[in-house]
Amino acid sequence: MDEQLTVSSSPHIRADEDTRAIMLDVLIALLFPMAVAVYFFGWRTLSLTAFTVLCCVLFEYAYRKLLKKPVSVGDMSAAVTGALLAFVLPPATPYWMAALGAFFAIVIVKQLYGGIGKNFLNPALAARAFLGGVASLSSFVEPLLDPRIPVLGAADTVAAATPLAEESLEALYSGVTLFSWQDMFLGQIPGSIGEVSAALLLLGGVYLLIRRVITPIIPFAFIGTVALLTFAFPRGGVPRLEFMLYHLLAGGLMLGAIFMATDYSTSPVTPRGQWLFGIGCGALTVFMRYFAAMPEGVCYSILLMNTVVWTLDKVGRPRRFGVRAFRRGEKGGKDHA
Amino acid sequence: MVHRFRGGIHPEDKKEATRHKQVESLPPPPRIILPMSMHIGAPCEPVVRPDQEVFVGQLIADSNAPVSAPIHSPVSGKVLAIDPFPHPNGGRVKSVVIENDGKDTPHESVLPKGSVESLTPDQLLRIVREAGLVGLGGAAFPTHVKVTSARGKCDTLILNAAECEPYITTDHRLMLEAPEEVIGGFRALIKLLEPRRAVIAVESNKRDALESLRRTLPGKTNIELVTLRTRYPQGAEKQLIKAVTGREVPPGKLPADVRCAVFNAVTAASLHRAVTTGMPLTRRTVTVAGSAVANAKNLSVPFGTPMIDVFNATGGFREKPVKVLTGGPMMGVAQFDLSAPLIKGCNALLAFAKDDVPPGGDEICIRCGRCVRACPMNLLPVYLYMNERKDRLDELENLRLNDCIECGSCSYVCPGRLHLVHSIRTGKQKLRDKKG
Repeated sequence: MDEQLTVSSSPHIRADEDTRAIMLDVLIALLFPMAVAVYFFGWRTLSLTAFTVLCCVLFEYAYRKLLKKPVSVGDMSAAVTGALLAFVLPPATPYWMAALGAFFAIVIVKQLYGGIGKNFLNPALAARAFLGGVASLSSFVEPLLDPRIPVLGAADTVAAATPLAEESLEALYSGVTLFSWQDMFLGQIPGSIGEVSAALLLLGGVYLLIRRVITPIIPFAFIGTVALLTFAFPRGGVPRLEFMLYHLLAGGLMLGAIFMATDYSTSPVTPRGQWLFGIGCGALTVFMRYFAAMPEGVCYSILLMNTVVWTLDKVGRPRRFGVRAFRRGEKGGKDHA
Repeated sequence: MVHRFRGGIHPEDKKEATRHKQVESLPPPPRIILPMSMHIGAPCEPVVRPDQEVFVGQLIADSNAPVSAPIHSPVSGKVLAIDPFPHPNGGRVKSVVIENDGKDTPHESVLPKGSVESLTPDQLLRIVREAGLVGLGGAAFPTHVKVTSARGKCDTLILNAAECEPYITTDHRLMLEAPEEVIGGFRALIKLLEPRRAVIAVESNKRDALESLRRTLPGKTNIELVTLRTRYPQGAEKQLIKAVTGREVPPGKLPADVRCAVFNAVTAASLHRAVTTGMPLTRRTVTVAGSAVANAKNLSVPFGTPMIDVFNATGGFREKPVKVLTGGPMMGVAQFDLSAPLIKGCNALLAFAKDDVPPGGDEICIRCGRCVRACPMNLLPVYLYMNERKDRLDELENLRLNDCIECGSCSYVCPGRLHLVHSIRTGKQKLRDKKG
């Protein structure tokens, strides 16, 4: 009997939660904004999302198979990438373009760097930036459009202006808000599939917080910085509060702060690093929206911050245990907070 | 107020199987094996010869080294041999084998020493050493060394009854069944160290134990009972001091450097017994549990009893064990030879069936940061792992690899199933090798 005992290094127990369980939770959280997309833009959004998920899983499977690496699609991370990629695409994006994006996200951004945990750029956002560079991503539509964009085939619609489109921002900076904050909060505005409804994105975020998939630091620092800067420096005579709300609810801020900037592989692991990362994302977003009138401010901000994650972890390293802690020993009380 | 430290984890405590079970006494087996290394520090040398007759409580082995603790016989009988035998911490160690004559005749030296009140601190310290006391929470560091190095330097004395490892309920049962021994031993330690503050610290999942201690303490007392948050590794020395006093032991320093001393509750009770009965440390309570065990129990086991005999005494195995541990599941040592004897630091014997042994698999880090949040020493296990894998030894030092207390919290929470603690241990070895 003795020679059959397993000998291994401690600890000998593990928490139940594994990578797959975490990714499943992210997918569940994404169902909230998905439902809004279907309601406002029709079934095309669901079929496009399913398509990018399928493409991402297939590309990952094929790549791992071809290079004779262990097949990793079971961890569900490719599915998450697929869903997030669809969420940053306009509802009427052609399928071929979505497939191209999925290839870029999975093969170029994720797998060429070694797969899950090793990529340094957010795959969905990098693919979105790539697609924006090779083609025009302007197939946005009005919500509750009649007739709806067909599930298959090209959309025969006029491109709608999103709250961050050049003309919308120009209007805002000259004192006119083209969208009410209520519509923006609920998501009844033109925009990418997953970005329009701040309300449901926040709900998804609350789910992720409750399930402890993410911590509040990055979303809080990111959204907080945007709120602070836009409240402190409003432009164009719009009342500060209204101006701030517009920037919080427009475009991909909620999607970016809650689902993209919290991507494990491409964000810091140290709490202090996470604060700096979130603040950096927020500041860059405001900067791009103010001075470049770039609707993709959130996307580029996160990608830029992705490149300094290791530096932020170095800077944000926690205080060493036992260093500068024992000062008021006489009282035996708490020495520091 | 519930006291806390940063980080840590909250595993299922699994204590239900034994927490309500009275400690049973296991009679010594026909043959016991006493390894010369039952503690941290220099191994002892036998002071008996083969064929010599020995009695219960008789000194069997001792050492002149400053850090060591003498070993006594838990049985009366005859020394059969002095040979290398399998040791629970691996390898083979010189051991004294004694054949039990079953008479339990006590040695002439085993006489009551008086009371804590009547003895001087120096007399108490001599008893601590002569009784072979070591830290019975698992570390097995010689108690007299700890007391000596802490005398005159402490303002806070903490009795550690946190018992944060899953499954183990020995401290818990002791506080319920013999609170007067715990408090008696603690009073002896108070007399030795003269602290300004004396604290018995218990995790909040043992309210009945706290109640038992409270009932035993007189109405007016200088002993303080502190409820700790139930969180692993609350019983680790540095985390305990942090939770109780707010002080942090600096890297590479001892508790005395922040004017604290910590002793385990079972150690205190053993000291009490050594004072009042004169019986040195020859047995201890062990939690026998785990999914492969037929009847989980708390047993008082004589040292030197082969592990397999302890399991058999509880009714053997329900299922074939796939993994056997001495100690808890977080920091315990996996065993491969159950003929090895039980030694002083061993507070639990756990046997697990197949379903409870996590299978090996790919280790894939997703950089989720859970290990960073779980680390009670403020380390970055994910970066330690990466750098160890790539042999970047300078970076490992820079990331304070040697601060790691190997509590296992990082590996426990890792969703990518990385063997983080193992990697850190390997890293420590690589650093030692480099320094020669």
